[in-house]
Amino acid sequence: MISLSGLTKEFPGGVRAIDSLDLEIGDGEFFALLGPSGCGKTTLLRTIAGLETPTSGNIGIGGADVTGLPPGRRDVAMVFQDYALFPHMDVTSNIAYPLRIKKVSRARREAKAAETASRLSLSELLARRPAQLSGGQQQRVALARAIASRPQVFLFDEPLSNLDARLRLEARTFLKRLQRELAVTTVFVTHDQGEALALADRIAVMNAGRITQVGTPSEVFHRPADPFVAGFIGSTPMNLLPASAEGGELHVAGAVLPLPRDIADGPLLYGLRPEYADLSQSALIGRRDAFSGKVAVVENLGTAHLVTLESGDLLIQVVVPEGDEPAIGASAWAVPRPGRALLYRDDRLLTGA
Amino acid sequence: MTRHALATIGRATFLAVVLGFFSLPLLWLASAPFDAHPSITTSLPEFTFGNFRSLLDNPYVMSSLRNSLLQAAGSAALVVVLAALAAYALSRVRVPGRDALLYVLLLLSSVVTGTAAMVPLFELATRLNLIDTHLGVILTLSGGLLPAAIFILKDFMDGTPTSYEESARVFGASPLQILRHIVIPLVRPGLATIAVWAVANVWGSFLQPFILLRDPDKSPGAVILYTLYTEGGAPRLDLISTFSLLYSLPVVVMYVFVSRRYGFRFHGGIKR
Repeated sequence: MISLSGLTKEFPGGVRAIDSLDLEIGDGEFFALLGPSGCGKTTLLRTIAGLETPTSGNIGIGGADVTGLPPGRRDVAMVFQDYALFPHMDVTSNIAYPLRIKKVSRARREAKAAETASRLSLSELLARRPAQLSGGQQQRVALARAIASRPQVFLFDEPLSNLDARLRLEARTFLKRLQRELAVTTVFVTHDQGEALALADRIAVMNAGRITQVGTPSEVFHRPADPFVAGFIGSTPMNLLPASAEGGELHVAGAVLPLPRDIADGPLLYGLRPEYADLSQSALIGRRDAFSGKVAVVENLGTAHLVTLESGDLLIQVVVPEGDEPAIGASAWAVPRPGRALLYRDDRLLTGA
Repeated sequence: MTRHALATIGRATFLAVVLGFFSLPLLWLASAPFDAHPSITTSLPEFTFGNFRSLLDNPYVMSSLRNSLLQAAGSAALVVVLAALAAYALSRVRVPGRDALLYVLLLLSSVVTGTAAMVPLFELATRLNLIDTHLGVILTLSGGLLPAAIFILKDFMDGTPTSYEESARVFGASPLQILRHIVIPLVRPGLATIAVWAVANVWGSFLQPFILLRDPDKSPGAVILYTLYTEGGAPRLDLISTFSLLYSLPVVVMYVFVSRRYGFRFHGGIKR
């Protein structure tokens, strides 16, 4: 278990990378720190590892306060973004390095390294140097080295970002299974929302040194707590349109939609995922609940198309199944599916609409 | 066409002259030691080993080689150890004005061991009772070599990613373990370069040992070479050439050995 309370890290020059942050990560949890670059997520991971000293606040690991302890005594293992495999050591020595530090005898640590390596199907590569390994193999060696140190907590810094796109999906599945088997608390940093959604049990979305939302992938995806999370999560960016509530009706981009109960009149922000709207290419007579516009861009997503409609000054994106894509310049209407839209006021989620 | 041919001839002639200019002295060094009557010109020798015999009759020759070895090894060891530690610290710790400090040191280093500072250096050595000691020579020469050595090694250290060290730190390695297990193996080519460079520098230095040492028993080869003259002040070319050959061999052997053992073998990191 990891618990952070009031954690703040201020760099010389006054930059607050982490701003009084509180967080609890449960035993065995696969936890993602997600955010754009510069949001403080890597600093947070390094602070948990002990590579950065917090300006204030406390870090607890497994019930013990480790704020003042050096990294080596926190019982954590970290896998770096560049894997940091020692280039002058072969795979065996690399995996056995944590045991060498713990003064385990050479014979025992080599046996242990071979055992860990076989688990990650690295047995053939034990005598190789890191430079002779592919990216995926290097990653597995780095994981094996972390596993060999038998830590209470794994910390992964962008574990998949140095791999080729194709390999990344494979490694993602592998990583998720490995974490489940080991059942060791794992915190990883990523800027890729898809990676976070796919891997994590819970996600903390970070922005400007603060956590904006903590939740399961499904919570974060379906009920983003604020417009930032809404725009950040999802493989296609969410439509965020200015709206207003007037007399029990919701006015958005020329469309009039039913207003959920308990929402006072006034300006709102209307959020709708492109996947949760249907595109109609024929005029919808007598219906006011559709956004009308001209097709400006059609992007091929493989099994679907992302269509961008120009509606006045606003852009509305809709995902259209393959075969149904409209011609560019044609008039089209986007109909939001009921119950899928989100309403924000003053940057806070009110309810779905 | 003729212009092209002329240009080729001109270039070849120029290269031949340059080549001759550099190779003649080496040819002399190879032939004169085996010549019964060497002169300052290169000629086919009247072959003899007599020069080596008469050189070894000089009581200071062998001891001077030993002294050179001692001073060179001592300075190289001191320079490598101190420069490695200083370069590591300068590379990893943020010190305000670090680059300015390095450049000033580099600039001053040519002055420190230069002729200009010889009087104060002599004065300093006298007060510290370092006159006529190997240590005095080693410290003076090392002092002159250190800034450049730190400068070069810092570049090597900057080139190794900090994530290697951080990774070792998270596994619980102490700073000394990190240095021994990770940093030194990674910058070994740099250390070898600095060691060779320091040895070659000390091997060739004349002024400092000439001034700091009085006892010919402690003088290095470069100083003893200077004594191989007749009473009339004429150079004894037979001894000088023979000694020069002997004196240059260890450095050549070292170059070959080091470049075989450590030379230009860099461990590639991963692309960042």
